[in-house]
Amino acid sequence: MGDNEEILQRAVDWRAQGKGVALATVVSTWGSSPRPVGAKLALEQGGGFIGSVSGGCVEGAVIEEGLKAITDGQPRLLSFGVSNERAWEVGLACGGKIQVFVERVE
Amino acid sequence: MKLPLLEKALAASRSGRAAVLATNLKNGLQTFIEATETAGDLTLDAAALAAIRKAVTEDRNTTIETPDGPVFVEVFNPRLRMVIVGAVHIAQPLARMATLAGYGVTVIDPRTAFASDERFPDLTLSTDWPDEALEKLKPNRRTAIVTLTHDPKLDDPALAVALRSDAFYVGALGSKKTHAARCKRLAARGFGESELARIHGPVGLDIGAVSPAEIAIAILAQVTQVLRAEPQSDREAA
Repeated sequence: MGDNEEILQRAVDWRAQGKGVALATVVSTWGSSPRPVGAKLALEQGGGFIGSVSGGCVEGAVIEEGLKAITDGQPRLLSFGVSNERAWEVGLACGGKIQVFVERVE
Repeated sequence: MKLPLLEKALAASRSGRAAVLATNLKNGLQTFIEATETAGDLTLDAAALAAIRKAVTEDRNTTIETPDGPVFVEVFNPRLRMVIVGAVHIAQPLARMATLAGYGVTVIDPRTAFASDERFPDLTLSTDWPDEALEKLKPNRRTAIVTLTHDPKLDDPALAVALRSDAFYVGALGSKKTHAARCKRLAARGFGESELARIHGPVGLDIGAVSPAEIAIAILAQVTQVLRAEPQSDREAA
């Protein structure tokens, strides 16, 4: 939980600075996936982020959805499947599938 | 997520209190649960609350199905710790095994010949007197305390601190006879029967362990059994 503490603290700090902030959390995984359920990423409206929800391959998409959530306030449940071939390409353990919940910090 | 809930989650995570954040994945409604206190706008029925208690016991983040849609249960549990009093032979395999099982391990022994970095590489060692060292560590409900010295001068003060703490496991090495004598001494210090019953002594599951590593297995197995036991109230309800 040490990692998540740092991430949550950063989210609180960003809010204190008046920035729009979103939190992304891995809520389920199938097969081999690089980050466990509960892994988090926090991002601010400028695109700055801390933490990770995958080995790096879906972060871009998660941040994009997070920025949308900061704008419209709607929570989102994102699903990512990584095929074996693609997994190899992006350097992930093979065949991972994850669901990521993205929410704005109000 | 509302900022006050986020701050609560952060505070719980730091303080060593167990807490849960439940999030409805369909609508984003959330409730934060800590002990008997809840805050938030997600309503949970008895079945959901039972599933949440199970997740806390198992220390596992999970998604549960509810009539209102899937709810993600995030468990904020402080890190498991094991405090071993006595840097004796058994402490060596026990510290290594407990580390593998996910515990942050501290070994306490004021006898510097025992508590040496050479004997316990990569481990937190304290050469303070056991009661002082233990008090500093502030044992909580995610802490296991095991005394291994056989020496009342070292074990007894440690056990006195352990019994006043929320440690989920307290164990003391020694035969039944040794343990009976120990309980007598602690009773003289003012500990009652129910408090003394918290001490697992002789320590460890009875698996016929002989070597230090086997005894360490017996101890870690018992610690695991106590850690993962279902809360009493759930067992009665089932």
